[in-house]
Amino acid sequence: MSWVNAVVQGILLGGLYALVAAGLSLVFGVMRIVNLAHGVLAVLAAFGAYVLGDTLGLHPFLALLVVVPVMAAVGYGLQRGLLNRALGGGELAPLLVTFGLAIVLQNALLEAFSADSRRLDVGALGTASIRLGDGLAVGVFPLLAAVVGVLVIAAIGQFLARTATGRAMRATSDDRDAAALMGIDGRHLYAVATAIALATVAIAGVFLGARSTFDPSAGGVTLIFAFEAVVIGGLGSLWGTLLGGVVLGVAQALGAAVDPAYGVLAGHVVFLLVLATRPRGLLPSAVTA
Amino acid sequence: MTPLLEVDAVDVFYGDVQALFGLDVTVAQGETLAVIGANGGGKSTLLKTVAGVLRPSRGDVRLHGTSLRGVPAHRRVGRGIAMSPEGRRLFPSLTVEENLLVGSHSGRPGPWGLARVYELFPLVSERRARPAANLSGGEQQAVAIGRALMANPELLLLDEVSLGLAPVVVAQLYAALPTITAQGTTVLVVEQDVHQALAVADRVQCLLEGRTVLEGPAASVDMAALSAAYFGVSA
Repeated sequence: MSWVNAVVQGILLGGLYALVAAGLSLVFGVMRIVNLAHGVLAVLAAFGAYVLGDTLGLHPFLALLVVVPVMAAVGYGLQRGLLNRALGGGELAPLLVTFGLAIVLQNALLEAFSADSRRLDVGALGTASIRLGDGLAVGVFPLLAAVVGVLVIAAIGQFLARTATGRAMRATSDDRDAAALMGIDGRHLYAVATAIALATVAIAGVFLGARSTFDPSAGGVTLIFAFEAVVIGGLGSLWGTLLGGVVLGVAQALGAAVDPAYGVLAGHVVFLLVLATRPRGLLPSAVTA
Repeated sequence: MTPLLEVDAVDVFYGDVQALFGLDVTVAQGETLAVIGANGGGKSTLLKTVAGVLRPSRGDVRLHGTSLRGVPAHRRVGRGIAMSPEGRRLFPSLTVEENLLVGSHSGRPGPWGLARVYELFPLVSERRARPAANLSGGEQQAVAIGRALMANPELLLLDEVSLGLAPVVVAQLYAALPTITAQGTTVLVVEQDVHQALAVADRVQCLLEGRTVLEGPAASVDMAALSAAYFGVSA
């Protein structure tokens, strides 16, 4: 029964990883930028919710009503002001710019909040669980995180598939210059994509911050797990990212069931195995860039 | 009356290489102008300059007498300039229908919509659910023209429609042109296939190395003079 339990917990954990990775996957899919500041931005959102809770007594989920739009606005500004310019400087420039941004943000958070660990308090929700059978129970909070992860991925997928803006985004991803000839402003569209990505990262950050403790340096691990989920699933494929998150989560949970020290290691090993045997991921997107 | 499009003494460079030398092109409302010439003549450069992809270092491009200086390519679509670019440039991961819908992104009102484009190119209608990457060259070209029409342009720019296509396919595509011009659409077509160009155009302008070497009504052009101008030999 402990194996079944590990798989179930792993799947739920995978949903959370997918939630974290969704924005990374979207940004890569639309403009081929690997945003190395993604993890720190999640931590920034968690601190935002923490401050709102600390000063106004807002529940973390209520804080989302403020944090999500603010992060979306930050994303729009970040893309228009910084990343669009970096895109003109070749493939390496956006990577270096987001790397630099991650360092700046992490140190700014360290200055503002010190290195102390914090946690977002979601009240009774944090410990509530549902019994599924003998020795098998799932926490309400991890279940909620996984459901939100699936919903966010599905929502982004529907947005890309069905709306005019989503269609324009896919067209721009295929051929930006040809899209300009259709009247599409690539700079604006990229900024909208980053705004959506940071809105999802805000949700992810709050769930991460409520699930376990965080401090300004937590962005690195967050980025690595998100990146592994994206690569396992297949670069630029949203449903692949969900699958990648689940594979990573289950690998970590099974590893931890063998020995608690092996959890993260098992995740990395599976990541490397996928990279070695299926370098394009489990669900590669149909069209290669 | 002010012409629809005036290209006024433009110089255009690719880096250090000059492609257009003080070129003048004028297209009246409702007219079809064919710009012909050998490779490297500056035909595609001219269209890219009108579409706003390239910026002239000297001279001006005017639409209805209003300068388009500083107006980026994506804004020119809303002003009524749409282009079917060289090499088709369809969006491969989108279906045929999605490609057409992207063409209407600017939201300009006008006679063209999905139904009208499908009516014009019935073959495209049959392929509507397919990924654009899985079409033949002729079908892709039809989609590219349809996609430009979806923007309801006043000025339609067609770049090298015949490129890489069998003559019979090219003839089928150009057969659609009278239907398009019947809507009042002004057409500027760039073509290497001189006979096709003469067949569809009201007026023809021949470029050689970035300068105009011959222009006149398509119906009365002297083939010997045109041939000399095209190849740059003195008649």
